[in-house]
Amino acid sequence: MPDSTQKLLEDAKVKGQQRLAEGVYYLAVHAPKIAAAARPGQFVDIRILTGAFILRRPVGVVAADRENGIVAFIYRVIGRGTRAMAKLKAGDTVNLLGPLGNGFSMEHKHPLIVGGGMGLSPLFFYAAGMKGKADVLMGGRSEEEVFWRSLFAGIAKNIHITTDDGSVGTKGFVTELLPKLLSEGSYDAVVVCGPDPMMKAVAAIAKEKGTPCQVSLERRMGCGLGACLSCSIDTAHGRRKVCKDGPVFPAEEVFF
Amino acid sequence: MDSTLETTFLGIKMASPVLTASGTFGFGEEFRDFVDLSRLGGIMVKGTTRQPRRGNDGVRITETPMGMLNCIGLENPGVEYFLSDILPRIKDEMNVIVNISGSSVEEYGELAAMLDVPGVAAIELNVSCPNVKEGGIVFGTDPAAASAVVHAAKANTKKPVILKLSPNVTDICLMARAVEEAGADAVSLINTLIGMEIDIERRRPVLGNVTGGLSGPAVKPVALRMVYQVARAVKIPIIGMGGIASTEDALEFLLAGAEVVAVGTANFTDPEVTMKICDGIAAYVRRQKLRSYRELIGKANDGFLRGDLV
Repeated sequence: MPDSTQKLLEDAKVKGQQRLAEGVYYLAVHAPKIAAAARPGQFVDIRILTGAFILRRPVGVVAADRENGIVAFIYRVIGRGTRAMAKLKAGDTVNLLGPLGNGFSMEHKHPLIVGGGMGLSPLFFYAAGMKGKADVLMGGRSEEEVFWRSLFAGIAKNIHITTDDGSVGTKGFVTELLPKLLSEGSYDAVVVCGPDPMMKAVAAIAKEKGTPCQVSLERRMGCGLGACLSCSIDTAHGRRKVCKDGPVFPAEEVFF
Repeated sequence: MDSTLETTFLGIKMASPVLTASGTFGFGEEFRDFVDLSRLGGIMVKGTTRQPRRGNDGVRITETPMGMLNCIGLENPGVEYFLSDILPRIKDEMNVIVNISGSSVEEYGELAAMLDVPGVAAIELNVSCPNVKEGGIVFGTDPAAASAVVHAAKANTKKPVILKLSPNVTDICLMARAVEEAGADAVSLINTLIGMEIDIERRRPVLGNVTGGLSGPAVKPVALRMVYQVARAVKIPIIGMGGIASTEDALEFLLAGAEVVAVGTANFTDPEVTMKICDGIAAYVRRQKLRSYRELIGKANDGFLRGDLV
């Protein structure tokens, strides 16, 4: 499904920023036009104006509050751009390009969300949009990373957790719990976002169980508009651009 | 529309001297939400080859100090798809300049012939893509090979033929003179500079292709110097490009001797930048009490060879 929404450029005032875990931040900005247009699974290209940045940074939308015109992001500091983002304070300005990409299909009645790390960010927006119809299976490295649990509480119906060290929930990867959940849970869809190997493994299990699966990919991007081809991938239907044709794809289209 | 910005370049009527550089602006339509495409002088569309190309694997883009490196590797759907599916969609909306890349002299000729159709305003020969192993750079660094490519294109099309010069040479004027001699109608410069970046954690090159093309404001002084030199070496017109990100940058290229300019990487930073540059040039022209931006061309270059022509 190609995206068809009108894309906007909007200067956005930072409303606030909060550290959620080591190197993980929550950033809220005032961007009423993009807040009104953004759908779950879409992302925004952030131009950081405090520093000499040539490329924008693509970041998934975690929440869009239409009433108050707020768009929010949760991101991990991984490089120069996100380091500069982490220093933003209330009152600073960033420039947003978006909403970009296609977003998740919202048709399902009882989807299982599977996410790891920052992949849970767009999935949170999706879970909120599903209004309690979705369950979530989340995987993290240790207890600290499952701050997501408190965020998803009240948004998702049932929350299942795995951690690599067993400090919370089941020890192991999400793939430990997934087969059992799919066998017992009467889910009509799996919606996954996380590291590629995780998505690939989840997609394989979903396929085995006959449950349709949507995946949301992350790639380095240049323009965000489908022009520069930095984020091209192979799909079952030929080359596609993650920024424009995705980031959400049916699993069988990208893991084939 | 602003009459002070209008020009005729290679016989093509342009609403402004601001074009977009190949590979940074897709086929124009991707920027429709931000740009009035009819205000651009033209769009140099994504590098097109005889057969579809999937480009390079691995990381294709990385930011550098005031610039970026790319190694897309000429991914494109091929000339046949361009002619059947893309050109009909865009041809009435903008001046379409098709950037072509061949793996042999004959292939440039074949591409030029296939593109000799209504809706194509001009052909830009990419002889300097740094990201493909075959062809490309060889034609761009050898005056005889570049001349052969120009001959092949000119023999197969009535469209104006522009040759895009590589900065990765010892003497860019030598290349410019050779392709002028061979019959090129114009030169565009510069293409990207070859560069690289290393990931110190992984201890590996960042880019999938190891090296990539450097673009953005970091290359602007180099590009401007080369435009200035080429403007003193040849009498064919110049499309100036390389790191242009503002009105001031564009004016510098015009004053150095470029007749029109193209904006590339800056489209990623600000998709509206071309419109701001059009407005900015018009405002400068008014402030300087000129009738046309054309009065600026080459005015900072006392050895400008086209002084009597523009």
